[in-house]
Amino acid sequence: MNTKKKELKVSAIANGTVIDHIPQGHVSKVMNILNLENFEDQIYFGANLDSKKYGKKGIIKVSNRYFKDSEINKIAIVAPTATMIEIKDYEVIKKTSVKIPDEVIGIVKCFNPKCVTNHENVITRFTIIDKENLKVKCHYCEKITKKEHIEFL
Amino acid sequence: MKNRSLISINDYSKEELLKILKIAEEFEANPRQKILSNYVIASLFFEPSTRTRLSFESAINQLGGRVIGFTDSSSSSVKKGESLRDTIETVSLYSDLIVMRHPIEGSARFASEINDTPIINAGDGANQHPTQCLLDMYSIQKTQGTLDNLDIAFVGDLKYGRTVHSLVIAMSMFKNTRFHLVSPEELKLPRAVKEFILSSGLTYEQYTDINAVIEKVDILYMTRIQAERFADPIEYEKVKNSYILENSMLENSKDNLRILHPLPRVNEINEDVDTNDKAYYFQQAQNGVFVRQALLASILGLR
Repeated sequence: MNTKKKELKVSAIANGTVIDHIPQGHVSKVMNILNLENFEDQIYFGANLDSKKYGKKGIIKVSNRYFKDSEINKIAIVAPTATMIEIKDYEVIKKTSVKIPDEVIGIVKCFNPKCVTNHENVITRFTIIDKENLKVKCHYCEKITKKEHIEFL
Repeated sequence: MKNRSLISINDYSKEELLKILKIAEEFEANPRQKILSNYVIASLFFEPSTRTRLSFESAINQLGGRVIGFTDSSSSSVKKGESLRDTIETVSLYSDLIVMRHPIEGSARFASEINDTPIINAGDGANQHPTQCLLDMYSIQKTQGTLDNLDIAFVGDLKYGRTVHSLVIAMSMFKNTRFHLVSPEELKLPRAVKEFILSSGLTYEQYTDINAVIEKVDILYMTRIQAERFADPIEYEKVKNSYILENSMLENSKDNLRILHPLPRVNEINEDVDTNDKAYYFQQAQNGVFVRQALLASILGLR
């Protein structure tokens, strides 16, 4: 056994996707957005793991499942730091960082208590007007929510 | 613009807005053309608004159209707990176009996405009131002969006044508009709107004294300062009388100056201004009828 290799806190997978560097506290949210709660193959996940870059992080390993860019980008708003690592036969074949999309449908709650999305049965929809500082504009009430006020559904 | 809803002033391009203003001139010259005699327009006022509702209903009636609807939600099925979606679905089956006012922000946008019946937003909470903006633009164009190269002062509550925000955004589409923003410290124009002015390549100046702008401007757009906007009642008492326009203050103003106000007025324009030829707020309200006629005719494909 290679002694230099770090001990894995979460088991390795043979084939599938590792979602690494999920910000502290957002693992279940990412699972939810990617609809992994209904996924039938093996999933390992870990939270509060030590990270050199971010202090604490979360990780999800999904067996035999690869994600399209459009699926990956949906998690960008909850986990902008996340990395997607595709694994085949225990080897990394591709690493991608998530990209913030132009629009978010569902997922985010409008912070404006007077917005129609908080009163009627309407799916929320936001345009991302500032990707760097994460500012979103509600398609309905047109109010702008800053990063620190973003709440998830 | 056929079958297109008007929810926010940004939904229409500059050219489309100018086209509506052009059509409004035709209705001003001849407001009683019976072009809507085969149409039923729904007027759904989920909260009361006398002026806007009567203006729309007058516009429709003068064109020979029929109006159905309600004047506040207590006399509608909303009181029984019906969803907005169901109300709009049903009313769409009874009418060709829906005019709606609703206290919830974004409700008009939501309504416009339920089916193909066009919606005109007559105000959705503090969000948008695009027909007010159109009539303000029409009034400016009519009194100044142009929408370019104007000095426009906005006075009063620039923080919460949605008519101010919409008009600033609309006037930012025109060449060399210079914005003069007069308000108490607490009620300054929101930063996002000021950034919009700058991103359009235009400039603004901020003042706390109304007298500093009266002699420089072509348009003086007055708004009401409401006591409930102040966290500290003492602050309100301090400023409440400093944004009142009196006739004597207009002595050295430009000849082409016109005073606008979205109405209702309380005391921010003294009644002694009413007889001054520069007072234009009542004609402004009348222009609302022509602009709404133009909008209805465009959306129904009749112009």
